[in-house]
Amino acid sequence: MSAGAPQSLSRRPPFPWRPSTRLAFATFIGAGLILLPLAALVMSALSLRQAAEIWPHLAAHVLPTALVQTGLLLAGVGALSAAIGVGAAWLVTQSEFPGRSALEWLLALPLALPTYITAYIYVEFMGFNGPLQGALRAATGWRSLREYWFPEPRSLPGAIVIMALVLYPYVYLSVRALFVVQSAAIIDAARTLGAGRGRLFRHVGLPLARPALAAGLTLVLLETLNDIGASEYLGIRTLTLSIYTTWLNRGSLAGASQIACVMLLLVFALLLGEARLRERRRFTISAQPDRVAARRRLGRGAGALAALACLLPVLLGAVLPVGFLIAETLRLQRLAGLDAALLGQLGNALLLAMAASLIVLALGFGIAAAARRGQERFLRLLARFAGLGYAVPGTVLALGVLIPVAAIDNLVADTLRRWFGLEVGLVLIGSGAALLVAYVARFLAIGINGIESGLSRVPPRVDDAARSLGASGGVLLRQFYWPLARPAIAAAGLLVFVDVLKELPATLLLRPLGVETLATTVYGHASRGVFEEGAPAALLIVLAGLVPAVILARTRPSQREP
Amino acid sequence: MIGKTHLSLLALSSCLLATPVLAQSVNLYTTREPALLNPVLESFTKDTGIKVNAVFLKDGLQERVRAEGANSPADLMLLVDVGEINAAVAAGITQPIKSETVDKVVPAQLRPDNNWVALTQRARIVIASKERVAQDAITYEELADPKWKGKFCIRSGQHPYNNAFFAAYLAHNGEAKAESYIKALRGNAARKPGGGDRDVARDIQSGLCDVAIINTYYIGLMSQAKNEQKGWFDAIKPLKTSFAGGGTHVNVSAVALAKNAPNKDNAVKLVDYMLGEKAQAVYANGNFEYPVNAAVKDSSAVQLLGPVTPDSLSLSEVAKHRKPAADLVDKAGFDS
Repeated sequence: MSAGAPQSLSRRPPFPWRPSTRLAFATFIGAGLILLPLAALVMSALSLRQAAEIWPHLAAHVLPTALVQTGLLLAGVGALSAAIGVGAAWLVTQSEFPGRSALEWLLALPLALPTYITAYIYVEFMGFNGPLQGALRAATGWRSLREYWFPEPRSLPGAIVIMALVLYPYVYLSVRALFVVQSAAIIDAARTLGAGRGRLFRHVGLPLARPALAAGLTLVLLETLNDIGASEYLGIRTLTLSIYTTWLNRGSLAGASQIACVMLLLVFALLLGEARLRERRRFTISAQPDRVAARRRLGRGAGALAALACLLPVLLGAVLPVGFLIAETLRLQRLAGLDAALLGQLGNALLLAMAASLIVLALGFGIAAAARRGQERFLRLLARFAGLGYAVPGTVLALGVLIPVAAIDNLVADTLRRWFGLEVGLVLIGSGAALLVAYVARFLAIGINGIESGLSRVPPRVDDAARSLGASGGVLLRQFYWPLARPAIAAAGLLVFVDVLKELPATLLLRPLGVETLATTVYGHASRGVFEEGAPAALLIVLAGLVPAVILARTRPSQREP
Repeated sequence: MIGKTHLSLLALSSCLLATPVLAQSVNLYTTREPALLNPVLESFTKDTGIKVNAVFLKDGLQERVRAEGANSPADLMLLVDVGEINAAVAAGITQPIKSETVDKVVPAQLRPDNNWVALTQRARIVIASKERVAQDAITYEELADPKWKGKFCIRSGQHPYNNAFFAAYLAHNGEAKAESYIKALRGNAARKPGGGDRDVARDIQSGLCDVAIINTYYIGLMSQAKNEQKGWFDAIKPLKTSFAGGGTHVNVSAVALAKNAPNKDNAVKLVDYMLGEKAQAVYANGNFEYPVNAAVKDSSAVQLLGPVTPDSLSLSEVAKHRKPAADLVDKAGFDS
C-alpha cells in the first residue's frame, strides 16, 4: 500500500472524523449495500444439506465445460476488446485522418446497446432470411444451407465478436482519456529520438496504456462474466448459465450460490490484481500534463486505412444494430401503430437510472474521499469489494437483495400494523427502493473507481496546504476535491446511467407491481420469440443511452486539469 | 448532504413509482408474457370493475413471493410450466383454490387437490420439412433413429420445456433407456442445441435440419406472423406425435392462489373468469393453446393441429423426474 496515499498524511496523528461524519455515513451505507447481497449469497450457499450431493455431478459433467467455455469467452472478448479499444484510441489521439474528430466520439456509441439486443439482431441479420444470406443465394442460385457454409453467430466465435463489439468502448474510453492526458511529452521525446510509428506504439503507447487498459478490461471481463441473455441465446455454456440451471432445474439455490461464491473468489483475485497493477503504475496518472500531444497527419493511403479501421467497429457495433431497430420500428408502426405505454416505460427507466446514478455518485464520492485519508486498508478493501457486485450474475445479486430487504419490509409492515394500526404493505419493494439498492450494489464499483481516479488528480499537497490554512474537511471536499474531480465524477455518473438503463435481470425480479421499464418490455417480447415487436422499446434504450455515451466520448479530461 | 440526498431520492422515487392500489383489485405475478394475458385481464376489469395489477417475472417468481412472506401483495401466480408450479406448491407459498366453477370445469388431474388449476394445455410435438419428409406421424422414440443423423434440431436440453419432456420420457422408460435416448438425440443433432423454439422452424426452412421439437403454440403464432416467420411456417408441417403406444407430451399454464393473498375473493373471481368460455376462447385461441374448458369447441389450436391425446402420465409425476432428467442431459453433454 506504500505506493498508495501520500505518506505525509498517514504519518500524521489520525485525521479526526469530526468534519467527515457524512463520509463515515456514506462509507457505512456503501459497505452495507455491497455486503448485503453478498452476505445473503454466502448464507444461502451454506444453508442446505442437499447441495453437497450436487457437487460430484457438477464437477464431473457441468463445471469442466463451463470453465473451458467461460475461459475461452473471456479470453476472446478480452483480447478483441483490447485490440479494438487500444488501437482506436491510439489512432484518434495520435494521428490526423479524414473523419477523425467525428469518429472520436462515434467510437463510444456501441456502449448504448445492451449485449442481448445486439445478439438478437446479429442472429436475425446473419440468419438464413437475413439480407446477407439472401443476397448470397440470389447471386449464386443456391437454395439451402446444405449447399453452402455461412458464419453462424450462435457459436463461441460468434459470441466473442458480438460481445466485444458492444464492450470494447469501456477500453476505448479509458485508454483514450489516458492518451489524451499523458502522452504528449513522452511521445514527442520518442519521436525526436526517431522512433517510427510501429515502435512508438509498441514501446511507448502500449506500456503507457497499461493501467487504463487494465481498468477498462476489468469492466469488459466482468460484464462478460455476468452476462446471461446473450450467452444463453448464442448457446454458450458459461459458468453463469450453470448457476442458473443448477438453481432452476435442480431446484437448488444453495448449489447455485456455491458456484457463484467460487466464481466470486476468482473475480476477487482478478480485482486485487488489477488494483495492484494500478497502484504500481500510479506515477503515470499523477504526472502533470502541460499540453495535448500534436497529432501526426497521415498520408492519403494510411489516412484512409485508419479511418476505415475506426469506422468498422462503429458500423458493426452501433450503426447496423440501430439501423435494424429503426427499420423494425417503422415496419411495426405501419402495421399496428406504436404502443402508447412506451412513454411511461421510458419515464420509469430514466427515473430509475437517474436516481441510481445519483446515489452511486454520492456514495462513491464519500467512499473514495474517505479512502484518501485514514482507515486506508479497510476502505481500500471495501472499494475492491464493490467490484464484486458488478461480477455477480444479475438475478443472483437481485435474490441477494430481495431476501434481506423483504425481511426488513415485513418487519416494518408488522410493526406499523401492531403499534399504529397502519397498513403500509411492503414499502421498500413496493416503492422501487429495493430495485435501487440492487442497482447501487451492482454499479457502485463504477462510481468508486471513476471518482478515485478523478481524485488521484488532486495532488496530496493540496490536502496539506488546505489543512495548514485551517480548512475543515468539508471545505476541502467542496472547494478542492469536488471541482477538481468533477469531470471524472460526471463520467462515472454517465456510465452508471447507461448501465442501469440496460440492466435487465435485477429490474425484472425486483420492480414493483405494475411498473415496466424499457428493458423489461423488450425482454417480454423476446421471450415470446417476437423480438421485433420489442424494437421500439429497444430503440428507446439505445437512444436514451446514446446521449450520455456521446457526452462521455466528448469529455476531455485534460481541459479541467489543475 | 449525502445522507439527505440519499433519503430524499428514495422518497422521490417512492412517490413516482408507487402504483395506486384501488379498492377493488387483484395482484397477479406471472411468468407468462403480458402481451398474451392483457386481452383477458382487460375484459375482466371491464366486466367486474376489479383492476388487475400484473407483474411479469421470469426466474425467481417463487423466491420473490416466498421472501415477501406474510405481507406479500401477491394474490395469484400464473406459471407456464408444471415444474415451476410444483415447486411453488412444494415451497408452501400456495393455498388450495375453493371454487365451484373450478371443480366443475377442470378435470381432476389438471388441478391436483386444487393446489393449482390448469388454464390451458399445450403439446410438445415434432415438426418436419414439408419438402424433405414424407411421413405425417412419428413417435418420440423414433427421433433417436439413425436415419435422422445430422437432421434433427432442438433448443437447449436444460430449457424447462425440454427438461419436462425428458422427465416424462424418463418416467416412462427408466433411467438407462432415457440416458441412451438423450445421447442418441444429441448424436442426431444437426447443430448444437440452442436458440429458441421458433429457431428450429427457421433451421428447417434453411435446410439445416429436417425434423425438430417445438411447442404447439409457436406453430400457431408463426402461422399468423406478418414477417419472415410466415416463411418458416410455410416450410414446416406438424407431425402427429406420441410416445410409442401412448399419448402426446403436454404441459400446462396454470394458476395458484398465494398463501397470503390479500384479495382472495377477487383472486378466485379472476380464476373463475379465466375458466369461463369467453375468456378461455380469448386466452387459449390468442396463444393457440388447448383450453381446459371442454365447452370451448373448435379452438384455434384444434383447427390448426387437430385434437391431441395427452400422455396418460400425470404432470405431477413428470415434475418429480425433472432433476434426474437435468442430470442426464448434463451427463450426455447434450448442450455442448
